[in-house]
Amino acid sequence: MNLNRTNIVLAAALLIVVISSLFIQTDHSRPNLQIYLGPEPLNAYAKFLKSTPLVLWGARFGLLAIFGLHLLLAVNLKRQNRRARPQNYVVNDPVETTLASRTMMSSGIVILAFVIYHLAHFTLGVTNPALHELVDSAGRHDVYSMVVLSFQNPYVSATYIFAMLLLGLHLSHAAASIWQTFGITSSRSRTWIHNLGWGIAAILTLGNISIPISILLGLVGLPEEVTAP
Amino acid sequence: MHLTLHVWRQNGPDQSGQMVTYPARNLSPDMSVLEMLDHVNEQLIADGDEPIAFDHDCREGICGSCSMVVNGLPHGPQKASTTCQIFLRNFRDGDDIYIEPFRATAFPIMKDLMVDRSALDRIIQAGGYVSANTGGAPDGNALPIPQHTAEAAMDAAACIGCGACVAACKNASAMLFTAAKVSQLATLPQGEAERGERARRMIAQMDQEMFGGCTNQGACSAVCPKEIGLEWIAKLNREHIRSKLPQAT
Repeated sequence: MNLNRTNIVLAAALLIVVISSLFIQTDHSRPNLQIYLGPEPLNAYAKFLKSTPLVLWGARFGLLAIFGLHLLLAVNLKRQNRRARPQNYVVNDPVETTLASRTMMSSGIVILAFVIYHLAHFTLGVTNPALHELVDSAGRHDVYSMVVLSFQNPYVSATYIFAMLLLGLHLSHAAASIWQTFGITSSRSRTWIHNLGWGIAAILTLGNISIPISILLGLVGLPEEVTAP
Repeated sequence: MHLTLHVWRQNGPDQSGQMVTYPARNLSPDMSVLEMLDHVNEQLIADGDEPIAFDHDCREGICGSCSMVVNGLPHGPQKASTTCQIFLRNFRDGDDIYIEPFRATAFPIMKDLMVDRSALDRIIQAGGYVSANTGGAPDGNALPIPQHTAEAAMDAAACIGCGACVAACKNASAMLFTAAKVSQLATLPQGEAERGERARRMIAQMDQEMFGGCTNQGACSAVCPKEIGLEWIAKLNREHIRSKLPQAT
């Protein structure tokens, strides 16, 4: 693949769109918020996913490929940018830039570590195997109770909340920046398009962190027939 | 007023450099930063030392030669100004001032604060022109151009090619410079003929010169002495995408 630097920025930005839209559409935020509707919808959704391996594995492989490509392009871009400025200033004023924009690589690496933990936790059941064995009254994998019991542990919740805030920071730059990369902004529209990006990042972050917070506060609890193992 | 200067001294392109401290005494608040360096250099020459090498030419903010980073900001701590337009009244008596050259692989340091900014010229040479066949000069008003179009093109054309955008960018990207130079022509009907090719060639040259990639930080526009806006980078991205699309012939 022969990409020049400018193309890499474009490609990386494009992949962000695809990652987020796939994530929202197939596997994540939207279905996860069903936790507020009690065990039935979430467990039924999990059962549906497991029973349609084509959809499940299609989404998984698609996400993995896009995630990998995003990582590869980002590392490549970082490498080239380091080469363009090998020596730093003795005194530097990061005028106009934001914390989010300057720390995309660091926040990205921590998010990658989080994703690996997240998969080990909920998908593979490595970190809490007992929770992964739970079965609800209809004989289905009890995702709802697994989530509730996991987040009742303040350390697990804190890890998720921290990771989601960091993801929000990462997305705040990404979602505001992408319009500029695709040349959609003009001098008049840049401010509100920028705010739109921040809005998208904020909504996603608030939606995500609301789950562990609600569980910690006891607003979402276990169904009566399940007891903690 | 008296200041303490910390200036980057480097003998040649392939040598290592370091910050050297100089006392700058008996200065007037009405001196520009360049006049302060002249003043310090006179003392250095009188003492038999090597004067600080720095680029300068017009000293009225239009040539873009005075490339240096003052206290972490390209040109220095005043918006929409070149170093020659920044006066010592911006500092307090007794302040420490740090002066470094622009730092980028594409801008090799020649000596002290002087860098070679020919990479920007090569980007212009790659496509920042309009080809015109010789012949009788066309009438000035034969080609109607709306006022707001002319004004927009002039906003982009205000770029003096000083390279502060590259110096400020954490990636040493030349996107704002290239954006201004592509857009000043792409905005006007005279630039239409070579529009796609121009964007492609100038971007290819920019990448070849080892400038970094744009990650939409915005520091470039914030330090630009001519206040070239970030919307021109969006315009460059549009021109780039447009140049890759199949064009009707």
